[in-house]
Amino acid sequence: MGQIFQRSTNFISRISIFGGVFFVALIIWLLLEFNRSSYYTQAFFPREQPVQFSHKHHAGDDGIDCRYCHTSVETEAFAGIPPTKTCMNCHSQIWSSSPYLEPVRESWRTGKSINWTRVHDLPDFVYFNHSIHVNKGVGCSTCHGRIDLMPLTYQVASLNMEWCLECHRNPEPQLRPKNAIFKMDWEAPPNQQQEGARLRREYNIPSTEVLTSCSTCHR
Amino acid sequence: MLASLTLLAGCRQDMHDQPKYIPLRPVDQVGTVSDGRSARPLVEGAVPRDDARNDIEFYTGKLRNFAGLNPGAVPAGRQQGANQAAANQPGTNQQGQNSPAQQFQGFVTEFPMPITAADLDRGEERFNIYCSVCHGLSGDGQGMIVKRGFKRPPSYHEDRLRQAPVGYFFDVITNGFSTMPDYASQISPRDRWRIISYIRALQLSQHATEADVPADKLGDLSKPPEKATGKEGEHER
Repeated sequence: MGQIFQRSTNFISRISIFGGVFFVALIIWLLLEFNRSSYYTQAFFPREQPVQFSHKHHAGDDGIDCRYCHTSVETEAFAGIPPTKTCMNCHSQIWSSSPYLEPVRESWRTGKSINWTRVHDLPDFVYFNHSIHVNKGVGCSTCHGRIDLMPLTYQVASLNMEWCLECHRNPEPQLRPKNAIFKMDWEAPPNQQQEGARLRREYNIPSTEVLTSCSTCHR
Repeated sequence: MLASLTLLAGCRQDMHDQPKYIPLRPVDQVGTVSDGRSARPLVEGAVPRDDARNDIEFYTGKLRNFAGLNPGAVPAGRQQGANQAAANQPGTNQQGQNSPAQQFQGFVTEFPMPITAADLDRGEERFNIYCSVCHGLSGDGQGMIVKRGFKRPPSYHEDRLRQAPVGYFFDVITNGFSTMPDYASQISPRDRWRIISYIRALQLSQHATEADVPADKLGDLSKPPEKATGKEGEHER
């Protein structure tokens, strides 16, 4: 009985031993990229909502301040999804017979909550507090993007840990003065590096060691 | 390939979605209630633990005798019948059925807290967030929502509202008036007073004369107006 493998197949086995390392690296790299992809993070995908609520219309065209509805963003961890009462502040009078708003009126009549779909859903093992960010110079649009231009709401950030750390390692490029936090069209001035360093001192933002410590976000 | 499948099999989401209550996440049942809310509505009459609401003037904008709170605890001067009831329910006396004197009877006429420049600034900020949508940035009742079809509110600069006591504004913010909804849950009592202080400043601004301008700023009056909207002005602050 002759040999199954010829001498020439040694070449293939050498290549596959050598290439195996690269193959494993490729698989790991693909997994990491998949984890970053918006297919996995759901960034840029508008969520299906019970009402076709448009931030573009309310915050952009009408110029309603973020805090009119998200009342607790400056003082609480949670920015606050407005109760149906807040919708009815205006929509008891305007668009009060629009079929699009029937779920809102139904909620108002029955007292049942509207089941909004959460867009920015952090893992439950992450501690996140809106108020500390808003009060220390991080503006809405830094994380949420140009909400005032979004007809349907989607997230623009991956919400991956590396995305959080990017800013916690080096917050200076993102810091704004107090009066610009809620300005959607804020752009960093040319001297942002010095300005950011000045604001970091002014806001008393802790050292990078503290900002990137595990227990800052995983409590 | 097998190795990577084994790795993927480890990716369970148990810790991502823990069985605990987080704000506004729908839940099956809390205790005996099953309306899907983990955050329970407040029990009627609940107040934040940091304010016991003993200071009736501060929390209602009405004089103690008129506030209609704690009937047992209110002093004897309370039996004033119709006028007092009217003062308690501003919604019932629209369109000048009563003279301003009657309409505004029983409201606090002085701020029940000291107003500093910082309070005024905060008032401006809160006014621009919650009030300007209808009342307009200058208080003329021409806000964006009015332009979209909401009933136009009266201008702050008409005589009736210039004479209105501060407590009247507080009552309207707290309980609403006519088509205006109440803002009790959106604006804290302290901020309501600050907003009123800013409304007073707006009222002054629309009836100011040259004599009201400080001498060192008089020169600015003849300058051409800067290209500034309300938001730009905020930016400078």
